[in-house]
Amino acid sequence: MLRIDKLNFAYGDLKVLWDVDLEVHEGEIVTVVGANGAGKSTTLKNISRLVRPGSGTIRFLGQDLGRLQPHQVVEAGLIQVPEGRRIFPEMTVMENLRMGSYVKGTRGDRERNIAWVFELFPRLREREKQLGGTMSGGEQQMLAIARGLMGNPRLLLLDEPSLGLSPLLVKNIFDILTGINRQGVTILLVEQNVYQSLRISHRAYVMETGRVVLTGQGDELLANDHIRKAYLGM
Amino acid sequence: MAVFMQSLISGILIGGVYALIGIGLTLIFGVMRVINFGHGDILMVGMYLTYLLFTYLGIDPFVSVLITFPLMFLFGGFLQKVFINRVLNAAAQNQILLTIGLGLIMSNTVMLIFTSDYKILSTSYSSATIQVGGGVSVSTPLLISFLITAGITAALYWFLLKTDTGQAIRATAQDREAAQLMGINVKRMSILAFGLGSALAGTAGALIAPTYYIFPQVGAVFTLKAFVITVLGGMGSVVGATLGGILIGITESMSAVYISSGWKDVVVFVLFLLVLLFRPSGLMGKSRT
Repeated sequence: MLRIDKLNFAYGDLKVLWDVDLEVHEGEIVTVVGANGAGKSTTLKNISRLVRPGSGTIRFLGQDLGRLQPHQVVEAGLIQVPEGRRIFPEMTVMENLRMGSYVKGTRGDRERNIAWVFELFPRLREREKQLGGTMSGGEQQMLAIARGLMGNPRLLLLDEPSLGLSPLLVKNIFDILTGINRQGVTILLVEQNVYQSLRISHRAYVMETGRVVLTGQGDELLANDHIRKAYLGM
Repeated sequence: MAVFMQSLISGILIGGVYALIGIGLTLIFGVMRVINFGHGDILMVGMYLTYLLFTYLGIDPFVSVLITFPLMFLFGGFLQKVFINRVLNAAAQNQILLTIGLGLIMSNTVMLIFTSDYKILSTSYSSATIQVGGGVSVSTPLLISFLITAGITAALYWFLLKTDTGQAIRATAQDREAAQLMGINVKRMSILAFGLGSALAGTAGALIAPTYYIFPQVGAVFTLKAFVITVLGGMGSVVGATLGGILIGITESMSAVYISSGWKDVVVFVLFLLVLLFRPSGLMGKSRT
């Protein structure tokens, strides 16, 4: 579904991605784990075309993303829930959700999708009229995911959804992601919370200093010595 | 008391037009973080357009808004697409130089065509007044222009709050990158915002054409005024610019009556400095953290 070949990228003179290969198949949850600065978020930014393209190719459903503008990537069904939630602070919960279905082809499903995300996150229904900027971090994260779902994603990219949340809330969010995946949404997750994310993933990639150093099934990696030492402290 | 009411009402009426100018500037700033120092010159172009339509085609200045608004929208969209879009990621001083330069080109082109002679657009009602009771009378053109302003402002609020495109403009102003992740074409939103901002400035120009002298350098005064209104209300806040415009209108009118019309600008700037001193982010502005 998504296939990245030999992606190289630099911020000015600082090279941050080295020959990254990555693949996501339809129906999967794939996680990219790694420490801060390993190049995970930069990889997602490249997929969503938020940065000038580096070398290498990114193909989604056979289409070369290299030629597209950021908004066209979204129109193709590839939606990113960005790091730090990036809720529109001066807009209500409902307005934020409406922006999630801004793309023309998704507006017709707006009412149905709102009902769906309110079912997933009942908290949002209670906060419908509240301004996004006044909500707690956990609520904002729920809103960010819900807003992403409003656009009928074929593939949902999530950048550090667990950042700054309590362990209970993290578990809650990850359970919901599993549920969304069962309903047919393919997920590419970027996480520093290695244990929780590997637990729910079909496959995972480990990135260190801009390179993919390890790849395998979620449970395989959880049993891997290097992972256990470097990321799980065992 | 009648004098007080008189100057209060005149202040609110002229403030409505100021609000229109300020909203245009704040809309552009909100979406692009670019301060348009050619804003007053765009207003000036609107004035000349109205003057031409009146003089050669006999179209009433208030009716000509129907032509001025869309034409100035296209003009602003053109400026954005061809010039401003190229400097969106450039340093602030480069953006300022570009908008000042565009303003200079506009005022000098107009000077080349029309010379710097003052033009007067005088309609049958230019100096007419309406009695509203209690010894208070209001200028007819000012009252009509206020009603048009109120209509346009209400339509603009509706557009920004209720339509998908209007919400997308606000979303782009609040978080440009997140807006792109919603599938919003932010370049298109920038063109729309600059077009709308120019249409509002041009319309303000049309509305004041019957009561002001028309000359190529008239824009400078309004650029400054628009800037004061926008900063006073809070950069990027449409509600703030609306309030700021009315407030400046009332202040000018009151100080002209109670102090002297020569001092009204001084009073406005003292008020401006006081607001900045106690609320540095403006009346409706959010402090930047």
